[in-house]
Amino acid sequence: MKHHVTTTVNGDEVEFLCETEQTLLDCLRDELELTGTKEGCGSGDCGACSVLLDGRLVCSCLVLGVETNGKKIETIEGMATGDKLHPLQRKFLEHAALQCGICTPGVLVAAKSLLEKNPNPTETEVRYWLAGNLCRCTGYDKIIRAVMDAAAEMRGA
Amino acid sequence: MQERVKSPKFDVVGTRPVRPDGADKVTGRAKYGADHNVAGQLVGKVLRSPHPHARIKSIDTSAALAMTGVKAVVTRDDFKDQSSEFVPAGEMLVNYRDVVRNVMAREKVLFEGHPVAAVAATSESVARAALRAIKVEYEILPHVIDVVEAMKPDAPIVEDGMITVGVTPPPTKPSNVAKRVEFVLGDIEKGFKEADLVIEREFNTKPVHQGYIEPHACVASVSEDGTAELWTTTQGHWIARAHCARLLGWDMTKLRVTSSEIGGGFGGKTVVYLEPLALALSAKTHRPVKMAMTREEVFKASGPTSGANVWVKMGVKKDGTITAGEAVLKYQAGCFQGSPVQPGCMCAFAPYDLANVKVVGFDVLSNRPKVAAYRAPGGPISEYAVESVVDEIAEKLGMCPIELRLKNAAKEGTKAAYGPKFGPVGMVECLEAAKGSPHWKAPLGKNQGRGIAAGFWFNIGGETTVNLQLNEDGTLTLMAGTPDIGGLRASLAMMAAEELKIPYEKVRPIIADTSSLGYNFVTGGSRSTFSSGLATVEAARSIIKQACGRAAKLWEIPEDAVTWESGEIKPAGDNAGKFKPMTLTDIAKVAGKTGGSIVGVGAISAQGAAPSFGVHIADSEVDPDTGKLTITRYTVIQDAGIAIHPAYVEGQYQGGAAQGIGWALNEEYIYGDDGKLQNAGFLDYRIPVASDLPMIETIIVEVPNPRHPYGVRGIGETAIVPPMAAINASAARATGVRMFELPLSPPKVLKAMKAAKKA
Amino acid sequence: MRYESPDTLEAAAKLLASESGEARILAGGTDLLVQIRAEVLSPALVVDIKKVAETRAIKEEAGGFRIGAAVTGAELKEHSALKKVWPGLVEAANLIGSTQVQGRASLGGNLCNGSPAADSVPAMIAAGAIASIVGPNGRRDLKVEDIMLAPRKLALQKGEIIASFLLPKRAPHSGDAYLRFIPRTEMDIAVVGCGVSLTLDGSGTCTAARVGLGAVAARPLLVEDAAKALVGTKVDDAALEKMAAAARAACKPIDDKRGTIEFRTDVAGVLAKRTALIALERARKA
Repeated sequence: MKHHVTTTVNGDEVEFLCETEQTLLDCLRDELELTGTKEGCGSGDCGACSVLLDGRLVCSCLVLGVETNGKKIETIEGMATGDKLHPLQRKFLEHAALQCGICTPGVLVAAKSLLEKNPNPTETEVRYWLAGNLCRCTGYDKIIRAVMDAAAEMRGA
Repeated sequence: MQERVKSPKFDVVGTRPVRPDGADKVTGRAKYGADHNVAGQLVGKVLRSPHPHARIKSIDTSAALAMTGVKAVVTRDDFKDQSSEFVPAGEMLVNYRDVVRNVMAREKVLFEGHPVAAVAATSESVARAALRAIKVEYEILPHVIDVVEAMKPDAPIVEDGMITVGVTPPPTKPSNVAKRVEFVLGDIEKGFKEADLVIEREFNTKPVHQGYIEPHACVASVSEDGTAELWTTTQGHWIARAHCARLLGWDMTKLRVTSSEIGGGFGGKTVVYLEPLALALSAKTHRPVKMAMTREEVFKASGPTSGANVWVKMGVKKDGTITAGEAVLKYQAGCFQGSPVQPGCMCAFAPYDLANVKVVGFDVLSNRPKVAAYRAPGGPISEYAVESVVDEIAEKLGMCPIELRLKNAAKEGTKAAYGPKFGPVGMVECLEAAKGSPHWKAPLGKNQGRGIAAGFWFNIGGETTVNLQLNEDGTLTLMAGTPDIGGLRASLAMMAAEELKIPYEKVRPIIADTSSLGYNFVTGGSRSTFSSGLATVEAARSIIKQACGRAAKLWEIPEDAVTWESGEIKPAGDNAGKFKPMTLTDIAKVAGKTGGSIVGVGAISAQGAAPSFGVHIADSEVDPDTGKLTITRYTVIQDAGIAIHPAYVEGQYQGGAAQGIGWALNEEYIYGDDGKLQNAGFLDYRIPVASDLPMIETIIVEVPNPRHPYGVRGIGETAIVPPMAAINASAARATGVRMFELPLSPPKVLKAMKAAKKA
Repeated sequence: MRYESPDTLEAAAKLLASESGEARILAGGTDLLVQIRAEVLSPALVVDIKKVAETRAIKEEAGGFRIGAAVTGAELKEHSALKKVWPGLVEAANLIGSTQVQGRASLGGNLCNGSPAADSVPAMIAAGAIASIVGPNGRRDLKVEDIMLAPRKLALQKGEIIASFLLPKRAPHSGDAYLRFIPRTEMDIAVVGCGVSLTLDGSGTCTAARVGLGAVAARPLLVEDAAKALVGTKVDDAALEKMAAAARAACKPIDDKRGTIEFRTDVAGVLAKRTALIALERARKA
């Protein structure tokens, strides 16, 4: 029997049905058609599926869909406001901080969570916070610069 | 920090605009392989061999087929056998006899993870249950994993009856050596006689995976009339179409392949794995079938690159002149022939102007997944070995490693051992830039060492089509067919804008499907910016010519009395000044009345690809108590020809370096005695994470390629060639010990340091 | 696979005890969900214990701290009072996986996953943590070092759940630390892990010490000889060398994809010294 789950996703109340085995990632992608959250490994080792669950950064592949009943979920699809990109999104484009872009949604969600907790991180803090977000294209250099630059802009704003 | 060595003046080329596909990629809107769904789709899953080597005695699918929700099963019986025939695909040749067996095992399973059957079912859980219900009877055979072991006379034979090609007289006994290749220049014996110092070393490397974050995924939908749609994450959808059509016996025109956004490939997505299975399952059910690999499947059953054993011998005079270079390369191919040993041989001594070279290569089968191209396939392995010896020569001669390389560097006119004479190349410029870099002069701390190494990659051109259409409002839509793996659309739009003297934002580039555009060879060989760039320029010039023709028609003057000047169409000669110049937008508005739509097509086989040389500087620090190496500073210096979009050029340099750092320090395929892969996941297959790396400094050297209108050289691959040797050299200085094996993982380094201390 | 999320331990224990098939407790799920997906485990029942208040709370108790078994690493890190007294334990919990994993992974899960390489376990052993276990027959206490017996094998009966851990009251001038060796800087499983907790007297002499080692044997170890090497000393070089030797002597590691016997044994000594020095520094300041 499937579970009936009611959650808030990016501010909207949504309902879905899921099997116990389905992870939050499966539910987002397959039940809610929010495919911005990516699956790179399914084992919590790559961070491509990063989302916020009640404000806490998690791998959605390591959460069961049924566990999210009554909880608040934020995904990459909710990051921009109207036609305004989040400063992190804009800085990623300006710094060419993505190549293939598959890791980008997860990195952005993770970086946003960092800056909410620590608006002025050092390079080392950014690197360790994002250590669970694998990127195979960029060597991380431009990602780190984009996050630092976005942080600086957000502090100034 | 980011330095440009030399740059001509362009309006758009050389700037850093936001990529056209950028907003979609930072908002989650971009659709990758697994992001596409079709109403009514089934889930496809693959049953894979648990054994590294076994004969398939029988496959019983009846129980699976009887399950509720299981719609189809395919096995070897659903694919016609193919005769042995080598065709180009990606940067390597493929043999359809092997492709059909790689996609689905026939007589034998040849590696752990080899597909044996595939099912289509109404859900993931039903599909998984169906796999468990398929009964396969195996006769287990002895297996061989290591390349040196596989070459021994008593090794288990992977491909029954295989006789080595390239040996005279041909061997009478089958072996795992598919091919022997040899490249000779000058007289190697004479070269060694002239040497004052000869160094001879043997190196070993492990297979490493491309490690793209996006697993292989596709959706196939076959209609009742036999036409089919395939959505897949690939570096080459025309190649995917060709392979699938061949394996399924279909006309190409019936199969329309759309390349999704691609989440990394690095060579590994030039191969079909799931696509023929999904199509076959869809053809049986006439339902769309979606398939995606798990990460474990990616590691176990998609292409890593070769592990290898490499022997290098080099002779040098006291003044640093290298008199001879000799190497023997043994590359592991996986379970079918076709390792990149040939390009490995060709690259080995390519950075140097040598009179006497001999390189012999062996392509060797073992019970591992068939290797796939990985960024400069073959080059990183042979050049790691050669550059490590070059570094040791510098040390023994007491010479600066840059000076030693400068003395022997390949330059315009150098005849490479593999045949051609180089045109203008940037090896010397890169070395000079390295010498002048702040990094090279910076002091080192305790337990730190600095290494430097050079690298080379050929780069290719090939068949390419670009379609550029002038829209009614004067904007342009650009259709390219080389999948955009990291900024291509930006570079093509920039070249079109430069050529047409219009704003970059007025060109909207897309990647077209196989039914919408002429043939395109893969994104690979660092060819896409070069080749699709050439085709873009050709298409743009065609637009200009047509626009001039339209103006001539309007003005009622001969076509040759119209010129194109700084983005304007003007009457020339006797008619100069007689008519108001027109822009492309003006022409676009009247296109309908002057002959119809204006479309420029560049359909070419791109010639004139030029090699890119690079030099990397690495600093590493060793923890003397644990043997752990940390990269503390890193600089990439590489010739880009001309950097169209410098930020994406830097990105390629940085990404190549990071992959090389992983290859050097921790990445490896680890097998148990049972022939099974033990680290098929990102937890234990250790690619670098953000906290492992320093900022990666870049210096873009620009020695323009004379055979490209914007001087472009391919740049994507060279960047992975030098890191292993640069890091090996830095580790030698940091630890005081020379090591000859990758990866330089802590247990190995600590052991080597302890052994050196004892000695 | 059934999913239940009772709000009392008694109800959870009853569900687990009465399940005839395989039953698993879900806390953070960072190991469990991976194993289910890989089909290593196919439980018939998953009991989510996060709705039980005790499992999710950090409370001061008897001068020490009671930490719910399902409290996440990230929550431990944000608890400043706990972090001040037990920085080593909090650091250990925050070495488990990524930032994302720390948002879910718990001390209870890290222990009950039954891996000899679990990062928080040597730190809990060093801290002298005591697990409070609720089962069908009521509640009992067990020292953390006595819980894991062998890989994937625990000293828990069917239906028993670790509800919380008690960290004892700290004496003045005490400090703890945890270090692990991994080939990268993050995202790896410990090749060796070492937790040290020690207490000094007013003169700086070590009066009590506990040393936990991970990934060097079939289970995490309490290494009493290593602790003895420190007690009664000023934790000087000679004592540290002796301690390192004792740590090495306690190792019974295996050769595997993550390290060799020789390497693990070597590094256990290196880490023991380094960890003790950090704990010492903290004790001096405490």
